[in-house]
Amino acid sequence: MPLNKAIKKVLVIGSGPIVIGQAAEFDYAGTQACRVLREDNIEIVLLNSNPATIMTDKNIADKIYIEPLTLTTVKRIIEKERPDSILSGLGGQTGLTLCMQLAKDGFLDKMGVQLLGSSPETIDKAEDRQIFKETMQKIGQPVIPSGIASDIDTAVKIAEEIGYSVVVRPAFTLGGSGGGIADNETQLRKIASNGLKLSPITQVMIEKSIKGWKEIEFEVMRDRVGNVIIVCSMENFDPVGVHTGDSIVIAPTVTLADREYQMLRTASIEIVKALGVEGGCNCQLALNPHSFEYAVIEVNPRVSRSSALASKATGYPIAKVATKIAIGYSLDEIINAVTQTTRASFEPTLDYVAVKLPKWPFDKFVYAQKELGTQMKATGEVMAIADNFEDALLKAVRGAELGLHTLDLPRLSDKSVPQIRELLDRVTDQRLFVLYEALKRGISVEQLHDITKVDRWFLHALKNIKDRSQLPISNRQLFKMVDTCGGEFEAKTPYFYSINNGMENEALPFIEQSQKSQKQRVVVLGSGPIRIGQGIEFDYACVHCVWTLRKMGYETIVINNNPETVSTDFDTADRLYFEPLCIDDVMSVIEIEKPIGVIVSFGGGTAVKLANKLHERGVNIIGTSADSIDICEDRERFDTLLERLEIKRPQGSCVMSTAQAINAAEKLGYPVLLRPSYVLGGQNMVIAFNENDIREYMGIILNTTQDNPILIDKYLSGLEIEVDAICDGAKNGGILIPGIMEHIERTGIHSGDSIAVYPTSSISPAVKQNLFDITKKICMALNVRGLVNIQYVLYQDEIYVIEVNPRASRTVPYISKVTGIPMCELATKVSIGEKLSDLGYASGIAKTPPYTAVKVPVFSFEKLAGLDTHLGPEMKSTGEVLGIGKTSAEALFKGLVAAGYKMNKSGAVLITVRDSDKAEITKITEKLVKCGFSLYATKGTADFLTKSGFKVKTVEKISDCADNNTATLLESKKVNYIISTSEKGRDPAFDDVKIRRKACKLGIPCLTSIDTANALADSLLSGFDEFNTELIDINTLQHF
Amino acid sequence: MNNTAYLTLQNGVVFKGKSFGASGEVTGEIVFTTGMTGYLETLTDPSYYGQIILQTFPLIGNYGVIPADFESETISAAAYIVKNPCQNPSNFRSEGELDTFLRERGIVALYDIDTRALTKIIRQNGVMNGKISAEPLQTDSPTFSDIKNYSVENAIAAVSCRKITKLSEGERKIALLDFGAKKGIAECLTKRNCRSYEVWTFPHNTSAAQILQLNPHGIMLSNGPGDPAEAANIPIINTVRELMESKIPCFGICLGHQLMAMSQGYKTRKLKFGHRGANQPVKDTSTGRVYITSQNHGYEVIAPHSWLNNVNDGTCEGLDYPNGSFSVQFHPEAKGGPLDTEFLFNKFLERVNNYAVK
Repeated sequence: MPLNKAIKKVLVIGSGPIVIGQAAEFDYAGTQACRVLREDNIEIVLLNSNPATIMTDKNIADKIYIEPLTLTTVKRIIEKERPDSILSGLGGQTGLTLCMQLAKDGFLDKMGVQLLGSSPETIDKAEDRQIFKETMQKIGQPVIPSGIASDIDTAVKIAEEIGYSVVVRPAFTLGGSGGGIADNETQLRKIASNGLKLSPITQVMIEKSIKGWKEIEFEVMRDRVGNVIIVCSMENFDPVGVHTGDSIVIAPTVTLADREYQMLRTASIEIVKALGVEGGCNCQLALNPHSFEYAVIEVNPRVSRSSALASKATGYPIAKVATKIAIGYSLDEIINAVTQTTRASFEPTLDYVAVKLPKWPFDKFVYAQKELGTQMKATGEVMAIADNFEDALLKAVRGAELGLHTLDLPRLSDKSVPQIRELLDRVTDQRLFVLYEALKRGISVEQLHDITKVDRWFLHALKNIKDRSQLPISNRQLFKMVDTCGGEFEAKTPYFYSINNGMENEALPFIEQSQKSQKQRVVVLGSGPIRIGQGIEFDYACVHCVWTLRKMGYETIVINNNPETVSTDFDTADRLYFEPLCIDDVMSVIEIEKPIGVIVSFGGGTAVKLANKLHERGVNIIGTSADSIDICEDRERFDTLLERLEIKRPQGSCVMSTAQAINAAEKLGYPVLLRPSYVLGGQNMVIAFNENDIREYMGIILNTTQDNPILIDKYLSGLEIEVDAICDGAKNGGILIPGIMEHIERTGIHSGDSIAVYPTSSISPAVKQNLFDITKKICMALNVRGLVNIQYVLYQDEIYVIEVNPRASRTVPYISKVTGIPMCELATKVSIGEKLSDLGYASGIAKTPPYTAVKVPVFSFEKLAGLDTHLGPEMKSTGEVLGIGKTSAEALFKGLVAAGYKMNKSGAVLITVRDSDKAEITKITEKLVKCGFSLYATKGTADFLTKSGFKVKTVEKISDCADNNTATLLESKKVNYIISTSEKGRDPAFDDVKIRRKACKLGIPCLTSIDTANALADSLLSGFDEFNTELIDINTLQHF
Repeated sequence: MNNTAYLTLQNGVVFKGKSFGASGEVTGEIVFTTGMTGYLETLTDPSYYGQIILQTFPLIGNYGVIPADFESETISAAAYIVKNPCQNPSNFRSEGELDTFLRERGIVALYDIDTRALTKIIRQNGVMNGKISAEPLQTDSPTFSDIKNYSVENAIAAVSCRKITKLSEGERKIALLDFGAKKGIAECLTKRNCRSYEVWTFPHNTSAAQILQLNPHGIMLSNGPGDPAEAANIPIINTVRELMESKIPCFGICLGHQLMAMSQGYKTRKLKFGHRGANQPVKDTSTGRVYITSQNHGYEVIAPHSWLNNVNDGTCEGLDYPNGSFSVQFHPEAKGGPLDTEFLFNKFLERVNNYAVK
């Protein structure tokens, strides 16, 4: 069936900000979808609140709305744009849920919009647990015994019928939020009550625990004719019980004989058929390891994280094919893009294995609970390909940037055997390393299998790794192709992975071809797994760098290991090497490619960290030199530079011990900022207000990092300003500042967690000029060629430099989109040697557009139990959204709505602030009262507010009164917002931390900075609502 | 395991690897299969007679040795090549590991070679012969020409059963003409949709008259090894023609399909490197539906208008005959491979039942 000619204008909904459970994979999917629609000349209207995406780029869609992903906004966009169709399956759970709401309340019918891909009935059958179960029973597919509960007593009754242990799964939550395993009634009551609260429809499923069964996934593709194929099978290293997003996964399955494999394959096909899926679908099944007994766990009738992994693991572009199916094509009409001769209606076969390893945020969040279960906690993942599991696993570990090159986790080496045995009972992010350590201590595969139920096959593989003599990466490394077909057909897409032992290097013919074409080759390093502090924005930057280089006539080579990204799409660069971003792996590629140079400045900290090592090996770094990068990272060299340039920075020094730190802090005067040198996203950074804080911090930091000194700085509380600039080097002397941003929150909150406003409104032209001059001075001194991001603090009318990052920053996509200045393109061109003036850009601060754009951070706190939600110098947000408006008030309102704030304008607010914030709380309180909120406060705050003339109800702290306190108040649902600031934080035992966790669980917005609270109050008073904001197509914005 | 061994190709290319399974020298036609599961079914498939099987999936032996999954009692293949044989398999049904199994069965095997490079040589140059030996063969060696001269001959006779056997009880009778039949075929026939069938297997050289004496309600022509156009097959083709003329519904699979086609005047030709694997798309030209099939064949029937076609290369995958007979190039019984076309047995048995009541 060819293209449905009735489709002329399609609305594509993206997945919004990066949160745990919904990461960069949907930018990859959405971008592919838009390209497919473009191929068929379909007009595209795109909606996504996340600016750090390729899909919101002007050349991807015709109309682009960076607007809140809310039902109201989508409806308004449909009314404005009048698309004839809407694509539902590519925007993650967010996009799917929105489409379902639109379909269910009749809006789509009313507007004459057809839902492309799977129908609402299909989606319901898959997503509604009860209908799903009934559908499965109808077709004879086994499901896990379960029941649906809308209240706790029913949940308990069901559990008694089924028998413990039971799994609690809340309905319609992202990444299984709020689920868990209960072994008894007490646990069940606790987990179920939380799950019920988090479920938007107050519903949980209670099901029998099948702990220890194998977890198997199939990625299925079905077209409207009914043709079905399996794109990829996957087997989880971790048995059922660990969320698949938190499991180590191998593709294809390895421990299933053909009988079991075909049984589950057929089951997946029958399921997808019964649901009537049109497009991609992920089926998760559990298999009893001792029989043919199996059960269907769940299905996702859409493109998912697993499908991104399957796409990269096989080379089969699932999102692309799913979109083609949605617009009418059948599988046999779609060309296999990899071979370009065969069709999409075949099953990829691998002649290698792909291993996925999750990337967890626990290195930053030392107090977050590390236990893995049904709630996904990973922020990102790496994939590694090799011709055996052992090598692939080691590559994955290397590439996950854990500081490990083997499975030896140093901190386990001093544990006793009984301690190791104890650790084996815990399923945490470290289980892989604990298993390895256990094998080293002589605990047998059988024993390990008995304890953990991890399949013996995987355990033997770990043992094989242990038994190998310490093998460095072999110098016989060569490259093989991912071709979807096991070598049966010639593949045209150069997508490679290394193996340690072989005869033929398949990359060579492609390189020879390029040598003949006389094109120069450039290697662009990607940014590795998504983690807090290094998100999708760096993939955005890499992709733009690659596109620019290709346009300039260079041949581009990407090295990256993140399967969720656009940069690892096989047609982004001329050649893709799916390899860890570690020096030896990168050098292997460089040795055969012999590029004119390597670009490290777009791949975030991951790539920049390699600059020095590459330089030492004689590799040309294109753009800002490795030495300049080092100056910015090396405290002493940086201080010397600033001194020479007569630029101020907060005073500080380096320390190695707790005693030194306390000494230094006393000299500088509290509060002080503490952090390790070489930081990423404010990793392990705190503000210390007193000696105790220093002791606590040094205790943690000395435990996790080794030889690097700790930096201790005077903390200046002022206006934080961020500048992104492009410089074409000292010789050319051109420097362009596309935008200056100011943060709503004062210094002390990580820039990634701050609300950033562009253009700035509160700094004078003189200060702006001053900022330009200082930026120029620094860039010239560092001979920056490309992008630089500088963070300043304006403190008592003086400008201080906090940090200089001579590379693409988090804000680059945001500023590029709002100003229309193609920052990555310009930066790429100047790093290759072009002049800004020749590119049509004069030096200076760029003209500001008639719009304000506000970046609002988004957090995944509900996924990370135990983590204090108080913001500080350590970054905690996982993603961001953008609000664009005529005024900063409108932009902020949209930004807050997009970030998930409900913006209730009446009700009650609970205020509990530290003494230092009390002076400023009155003006915020006034605004809130003006809005019509009633006030609750804890004793100290209440006393203060009462004295200031407010009517306040005093609430006891949790530790002061057991049954009538702040926690019970929150549970009563009387409170809409909480303002909670405290000097002490982090430790989950603290009262303030408990109340913030409670708020997070209950979904009550909790503002932990006085500045954020003030901005919110202003926004609530601004008179904006979701209906009166302007919908802005940023494609028109760029022509201002 | 671990002794160095070599594979010398007929074009002189040598691969150095390690030996496992039985020790010894062996020559054969190298064919690659892309299936990721089903190595036991592959190894015991009689259609591989005289061939050296090359697995493109690098991890073989993961789930050990499971006799219940064998497609015949013996290994007819000449030798086996894999990248990484698994020494510590894991599966609840496993009764051993691959190395020992191959050694016990006397099958020479080679591992730790660049299997992808070898696959590509075959893809680019076509199927070729090779020899596994302890020392590489020089092109000027007197025995080198033996490699090139090797061909699979009298293949059917080597793997077909020796005597007529009744496999099962049931009300309708099916004659299974065994050219090297996989067990899976009979399994698909004996019991289906709550009905039992009386299945008889016949050696390849049974005459049509003898088969017809059973008064079968359906005739199944099995898969098997070798070149269908081999001279030795002429009497078989004549038998098949007679059987088809009997108006009893015939169903041919793989070699059975080719022999049926030849009996009706079609010609066959050798494919460059064949179709072997579990992912071959086959399109029903009458409905437009595409099915994923399990395949293992090196020859194709030349038929411009087929009922079923291969989506990748357009080759004939199935023929429908006016007298109620039909045949497919792939393996609807799967084992290993997808079960998507198992419904063809329903189609056949429906015709059997119709024939029986006529």
